[in-house]
Amino acid sequence: MPRYMMSVFGPTERTEFGDYGSKEEMLQAFADTGAFNEKLEKAGKFVFGDGLAEATTATVVDGRADQPVLTDGPYLESKEHLGGFWVIEAVDLDEALALAAEASRACRGKVEVRPFQTAEDFQGLLDS
Amino acid sequence: MTSADEAIARAHQDEWARVVAGLARRFGDLDIAEEAAAEAFATAVERWPADGIPPNPGGWLTTTATRKAIDRLRRESHRDTKHQAAQMLYDDSVPEPTGPVEDDRLRLIFTCCHPALAMDARVALTLRLLGGLTVAQIAHAFLVPETTMARRITRAKKKIKSAHVPYRVPSADDVQTRLAGVLAVLFLVFNEGYLSSTGEATVRADLSDEAIRLTRLLRSLLPDDGEVCGLLALMVLTDARRTARVSATGELVTLQEQDRRLWDWVMIKEGHALVRERIAAVAAGAEPPGRYQLLSAINAVHTDAAVATETDWEQIVTLYDRMTRVDPSPIVRLNRAVAVAEIDGATAGLAEIDAWAAELDGYHAFHAARADLLRRVGEVGAARAAYDRAIALAGNPAERAYLSRRRDELGH
Repeated sequence: MPRYMMSVFGPTERTEFGDYGSKEEMLQAFADTGAFNEKLEKAGKFVFGDGLAEATTATVVDGRADQPVLTDGPYLESKEHLGGFWVIEAVDLDEALALAAEASRACRGKVEVRPFQTAEDFQGLLDS
Repeated sequence: MTSADEAIARAHQDEWARVVAGLARRFGDLDIAEEAAAEAFATAVERWPADGIPPNPGGWLTTTATRKAIDRLRRESHRDTKHQAAQMLYDDSVPEPTGPVEDDRLRLIFTCCHPALAMDARVALTLRLLGGLTVAQIAHAFLVPETTMARRITRAKKKIKSAHVPYRVPSADDVQTRLAGVLAVLFLVFNEGYLSSTGEATVRADLSDEAIRLTRLLRSLLPDDGEVCGLLALMVLTDARRTARVSATGELVTLQEQDRRLWDWVMIKEGHALVRERIAAVAAGAEPPGRYQLLSAINAVHTDAAVATETDWEQIVTLYDRMTRVDPSPIVRLNRAVAVAEIDGATAGLAEIDAWAAELDGYHAFHAARADLLRRVGEVGAARAAYDRAIALAGNPAERAYLSRRRDELGH
């Protein structure tokens, strides 16, 4: 079955309640997201999913030289960063988009849906 | 044209979409379907003049295209046999249990107009895969370089494949929303041909014809859908006035001033019959009319009058009232206000129009309508300023020519 990554983006600097307006809102979003995850797992569509710590906690490693070069902070300079993601399995894009709409409602953020490359894409690269 | 040329042209009109759609389902790959169909038609061009026209051109084209597709899959040695088999079977659609046999072309329409694709990609794919226009023709019609258009189509096909955009008619829950998206694509293609803000008129007219042809196809596939019928009625009632719409000197002629003898009365008759069909269906309990049915009804009222002064404006205002419930946009309000002015006078129309000034300030038709109403109430200076603004905003040369003449006729 095709795999998709559903990514949620949010501001680099988080407020007191994560990316949410109030504590109640945050707790409700957590509860809704939990319920959504459970539904995904029951349907056998959940591969992985979790929230990430703030983007400022990231470290970029460039290991292409003799000595790895470390840089503090996220790879992209941006006001918004990946805040969390799911990896799901869905029969096709329509199902993935419907699940993304539910995910977006639950976590209160915009969700980007992107397919993983398939064995065929990979074979195409090998043959190119 | 020889009889073989004619047969090929006719087969292209009648069979292209069917061949592509059938191959797309069988091979699960739009690229293969498109290329094999194009090769089959090229083979017909070579063979039919010499061998004669086959008794069943559609069957001949499908068989030839299928062979070409299989040849191509064989040639592509990197696809191992297991993979090839899987690809040929990729079709997860469940046939509707009660409905008639689903036409592959309907699946193809929904795939080409998928909401996950950008609007310009949907338009290009629809014209290429369903309309059978060449990439060069589409690029020419939309005034972009051929390489740009080719890239746009390739990228869209790649997304459909990589993201697994399904090849099926949406479920009953989604079909209405998705159909609205399909109709929006067809209407955009039609308007691109009809309103053409730039470009050669003839190439543009071809786009309108193509949109009508595709809408007819959609209607043959979904004969009971009110909005499909409404869109077709709207297109034919609009297109019927094409010749009367621009004067010999290239100036726009408004509906009021058009020579109604120049209208295509066969098309108008067809449009009226379609509108009546919907009125009867709604009276018999079908869904209330949506935007295209209401717009086609408004156009039916306009084209029902032998002369402009006999237009039933009361009826038009009533229809615009219903339109504002479906689509409460300022543009609909503007059109309603123009109709109100015909009944209650220019001052009443102006009052209604001016309430939407903030929203419509960047829209040339707002300033053109205002200019006309100001002229009628004798506000020459304000009318001139409004014409100036409308001329500056109008993209279409025929419209600019018309507005300039009206402005220059104002006097002092």
